[in-house]
Amino acid sequence: MELGQMQKSLQDYTKSLFVEGILDSQFLQLPQLQDESNSDFVSQVVSLFFQDSDRILNDLSLSLDQKVVDFEKVDPYVHQLKGSSSSIGAQRVKNACVVFRSFCEQKNVEACHRCLQQVKQEYYLVKNRLETLFKLEQQIVASGGMISAMDLGF
Amino acid sequence: MPLDGGVSCLRRSEMIGIGIGELESPPLDSDQVHVLAVDDSLVDRIVIERLLRITSCKVTAVDSGWRALEFLGLDDDKSSVEFDRLKVDLIITDYCMPGMTGYELLKKIKESTSFREVPVVIMSSENVLTRIDRCLEEGAEDFLLKPVKLADVKRLRTYLTRDVKVSDRNKPKVPEDLSRFSSLAMVTPPPPPPPSITSVKSSSLEEIVSSSPPPSESSISPVDSPIRRMEMRSPGLD
Repeated sequence: MELGQMQKSLQDYTKSLFVEGILDSQFLQLPQLQDESNSDFVSQVVSLFFQDSDRILNDLSLSLDQKVVDFEKVDPYVHQLKGSSSSIGAQRVKNACVVFRSFCEQKNVEACHRCLQQVKQEYYLVKNRLETLFKLEQQIVASGGMISAMDLGF
Repeated sequence: MPLDGGVSCLRRSEMIGIGIGELESPPLDSDQVHVLAVDDSLVDRIVIERLLRITSCKVTAVDSGWRALEFLGLDDDKSSVEFDRLKVDLIITDYCMPGMTGYELLKKIKESTSFREVPVVIMSSENVLTRIDRCLEEGAEDFLLKPVKLADVKRLRTYLTRDVKVSDRNKPKVPEDLSRFSSLAMVTPPPPPPPSITSVKSSSLEEIVSSSPPPSESSISPVDSPIRRMEMRSPGLD
């Protein structure tokens, strides 16, 4: 595939993430924080988000699997995940966390289990999409092209 | 109000004007604004650090109120007159943190002799009016709703260079046009250097993300913005 086509694919792919609500405008803040001295900022912060989220989801699963669920523990995890997903623009993850928290407040264990599944689903979705996005970028760079915020259709 | 495209560093005389000039020890870098950022979330810490660095601030980021006090030398309850004082021009802290909340940190800072003049900004993902009022009453300079954007940080920088501190905050007003605060559209030209930063330009992607017209940045004042920002939050965010 030639460079122009790849760049078009990248643009279209990125757009789709916004159209589907997987990402929101906060994600567009991130390229603005990237410059020559921090040329990998976006992928770095997103990787950090993945690592952080994997940890939180693991802790959440463990907490919800306890015989007696301690919501004093569960809620802060969800709050954390809500915060970090919001900071990088992972809108659907964030929204799922909002719902999750309301059930934590009600101390509804069954609903919380369902919420956790929902959050995981949204998380794996955005993770998958962003990994694909970065792969597309890498292909472009490897083919001698350049990525700038403009190429992402911004 | 001029666009904040070329953010200037705080001049020493201006620092003296806002009460920092009496620091005895040599500053880290007399021409740079030094910000202490406090947030327990790693992702948020990275983002806020970047937001501040890209607006030419020197940043120290810590993960708790205790560490912040430690950094400031306020952790041992004795007055910090004797040793080297740090030059800290702004403290920006998350509200919800385990152990010590941002509010508690704010109180401790305002109770200290060395740092009570330093502006403290609170960040929170939760739009709770009583919380905001409480922080402002305790002396917080500003309240930012998370997720924090580049435009928010740029605005903080503009009042750091002013001699006059904005006090007597207005009560929250209902904005006439909520669409003014489309974050996407609040983009200013890239600061010099480095020239490789591209600004977000109008495009169809913007239309998808937000259908609101871009606000004129000059019409947003520090007094109005933080309170307005929280009021414009669309449903779906809590």
